[in-house]
Amino acid sequence: MGLSPSFFAAKFGITERDLEGYLSEALSAGGDYADLYFEYLSTSSIGIDEGIVKSASESVTLGVGIRVIAGERTGYAYSDDLSPEKIRKAARVAALIAHGPATIVKTGFEESLKHNLYPMLKAPHEVGLAERVDLVKRADAAARAYDNRVFQVIANYADSVREVLMASSDGRLSFDRQPMARMGVAALAREVDGVPQQGYSGGGGRVTLDFFLNEKTPEHFAKEAARQAIVQLSAVDAPAGESVVVLGPGWPGILLHEAVGHGLEADFNRKGVSAFSGRIGQQVASPLCTVIDDGTIGSRRGSLNVDDEGVPTQKNVLIENGILRGYLQDTLSARLLKSASTGSGRRESYQHIPMPRMTNTYMLAGQSDPEEIIRSVPKGIYCATFGGGQVDITSGNFVFQATESYLIENGKLTRPVKGATLIGNGPEALKYVSMVGHDLQLDEGIGVCGKEGQSVPVGVGIPTVKIDKMTVGGTAA
Amino acid sequence: MSELLDIAVAATKRALELGATGAECTIAEGEEFSASVRMREVENLKQAGSRGAGIRVLVDNLTGSSRTSDLSSQGIETMVRGALDLARITTPDPHAGLPDQADLGKFQGDLGLYDDSISRMETEWKIAQAMKGEEVALAADARITNSEGASFDSYLGSRVFANSLGFAGEYRTSSCGLSVVPVAKQNGSMERDYWSSSARKASGLESPEEVGRRAAERALRRLNPRKVPTQKVPVIFEPRTARNLLGDLFDAVNGGAIYRHASFLAGKLGEKIASETLTIIDDATMPGLFGSSPFDDEGIASRRTVVIERGVLKSYLLNTYTARKLGLKTTANASRGLAGSAGVGPGNFYIEAGSRSEKDLIAGVRQGLYVTELIGASANTVTGDYSSGAAGLWIENGELAYPVSEITIAGNLKQMLMNLEQVGSNLEFRSSIASPALLIGEMTISGQ
Repeated sequence: MGLSPSFFAAKFGITERDLEGYLSEALSAGGDYADLYFEYLSTSSIGIDEGIVKSASESVTLGVGIRVIAGERTGYAYSDDLSPEKIRKAARVAALIAHGPATIVKTGFEESLKHNLYPMLKAPHEVGLAERVDLVKRADAAARAYDNRVFQVIANYADSVREVLMASSDGRLSFDRQPMARMGVAALAREVDGVPQQGYSGGGGRVTLDFFLNEKTPEHFAKEAARQAIVQLSAVDAPAGESVVVLGPGWPGILLHEAVGHGLEADFNRKGVSAFSGRIGQQVASPLCTVIDDGTIGSRRGSLNVDDEGVPTQKNVLIENGILRGYLQDTLSARLLKSASTGSGRRESYQHIPMPRMTNTYMLAGQSDPEEIIRSVPKGIYCATFGGGQVDITSGNFVFQATESYLIENGKLTRPVKGATLIGNGPEALKYVSMVGHDLQLDEGIGVCGKEGQSVPVGVGIPTVKIDKMTVGGTAA
Repeated sequence: MSELLDIAVAATKRALELGATGAECTIAEGEEFSASVRMREVENLKQAGSRGAGIRVLVDNLTGSSRTSDLSSQGIETMVRGALDLARITTPDPHAGLPDQADLGKFQGDLGLYDDSISRMETEWKIAQAMKGEEVALAADARITNSEGASFDSYLGSRVFANSLGFAGEYRTSSCGLSVVPVAKQNGSMERDYWSSSARKASGLESPEEVGRRAAERALRRLNPRKVPTQKVPVIFEPRTARNLLGDLFDAVNGGAIYRHASFLAGKLGEKIASETLTIIDDATMPGLFGSSPFDDEGIASRRTVVIERGVLKSYLLNTYTARKLGLKTTANASRGLAGSAGVGPGNFYIEAGSRSEKDLIAGVRQGLYVTELIGASANTVTGDYSSGAAGLWIENGELAYPVSEITIAGNLKQMLMNLEQVGSNLEFRSSIASPALLIGEMTISGQ
């Protein structure tokens, strides 16, 4: 499309000449590379609590981040004022990382190729506020109608559009317009005079409000939240110790995100601080496991047309039939490891330095019938839904928190159990995968991944999987 | 009055002109600096300033809010109008509103939140601190073979708040911090740990030598961990992990969870809910600490609140809204970013120190776990169920014997509070939540 009709050219009058000027300023003290990341983010959110629409808010944040790379060193500055003087000032601050004669910036830009993964029919600002109110009211009503033991409901809806413009000293120019919408419902239920229990459900993606009218309705999330709260009313203590663990399809794919995904981010491996460092080509999972990180799935929460360095995202094979194949690279790691970016450079906002991150991480479907997997377990635990997870990439130890689980006794799901943390070791845990179902599912679209203080939206997915040995952190003997 | 405060006052006035019955405006401005080094080389240098404003308006019992980073008069006008439009789509909430006029105020006295010497620190000096910290860690032992780096950060900020009842206040804050993350390796075992120090005043920082030395010591003692069998034993949380546990307790006394019946402590005011060894205070008036401020984010004077006294629940922590919902008075714990209705946040939320040293606590345990790291700790505030990944040191016959990892610890906060047998004497305020070491009589360890 070229710069001239783009959002930033239209709204702020930014020209290619301006971009070249800022990049020259950034490289005025030398350095190998510089880039600019312009961002304009508008968000809106609305919430219902106790049946009252208590809050509605909106925000606009904008700014530009300027990066200078000299060898392994990065200088970074940003400005929330897009006036030329302020951008130039920030460029000079970023330039402080280098010490030498100016590096000449290539003139002329070439626009990056990009996907078209999230066409927007109607931008959020074209949708009336009343329609948003209706979504949360519907969620509130549906959760309460599900069961009369539900006594508290909180539902939120938030959407945003992020306009970005990226330009680099090696002549790459990219634009993107990134929508995001998410709905979440939390429900509390109790028996008369009983102890309350909670349930939560949410989802969305790089979609706009119409997704919640046509595809996943407020009622869908509301019923799921209420159902989980009701299930917990009869939950018994989770077992303690090693157990056979069967993961249900979908969100339990967070296992892959924690157990292998983070450990394969190239920055950790370049520095040799990951439990997976130096293990490409080695067996790190059972031959049944093929794990992919794919930023190119239409409308998914973790997808991007181009990453936050202007490189088109791609489908990256991390583990193929149990063998470690590759790392997730941003441009800096790729340059230092003499490899290519895998389209994995991401950042939270213009205030943050990009680094290698995941997009949508999932395991390919296998051959087994999910019911047959459960039938094969004499004693174990079935985990249907998880909360969050975390990993220590150096030791490789990771945890994830089951929020809806059931005991498996003699091949059947019996009683629900309370929430429990599961713990394993990244390079070891997936070696115990003994069955993989044919029912791959991606999650509903609520994942947020944190790394070094930066949050980015991600997706996960997994088919039903049987793990012969994993430690379950409950309290029952 | 500063320029920012003028803008905030003007924004609340403008909101009333446009039809609001009440308004409150927050503006924050800050300058951040961060230098990180790794393997004796500078890795990242980041420096920038930013500012933003947020407004919350009331139209009778309707509430709307918006924020912007554009502080021009046109930007503020757009923000105010946006908030008013949003208010008109919400539903009336009888408890919504500004604080009672009589409650507004500021803590009088110097809280020592700002140290101008931080603004004069040279970039080279800051980098040198990080370099020195990493160097000390790398040189500490031949088994420290690698590093995730060291960093020095500093921050200078100011915050202003005004509401349409006539409150207008502002304060500046500063902070600086040094952190070192070494990696130890031996016989195929690789472990990292960190140590960090941060303070509002430059003089409050631990030396790079101290930070580097402690970081190395922590990484080294984790090498070659074992996985212990599943069992029930006493557990000691060191101050760093105890602070994490105390954060979960904060969620349980947060007025927002109480009025929704989403806390296991709802309805327990005045009851004995913990062992007599436990006293918890929230105090936002302690000079120089991270949880201190002259007034909360609704313009109520900061204060000291006894939350739990010798095991008895004395007070929840409340803002104006949650106090009204519960028929109580605010405890000046309103907290928010720039926009939106205030939530509830801690001042300096801490457990009062006991009389025995941490060493004494360990000496009293025959078999047990000393927890140095929690991974993915998850506390269910509604039920009190608690389960977390953990790493630490195994206690045998009163002494730290060997490292353990890839285990979980689990229990229920209700029982854990009753089973709190000892509180250590080692209370240090490293963040707004602070705890000495805690000895809990029994928890379930899941391992082999």
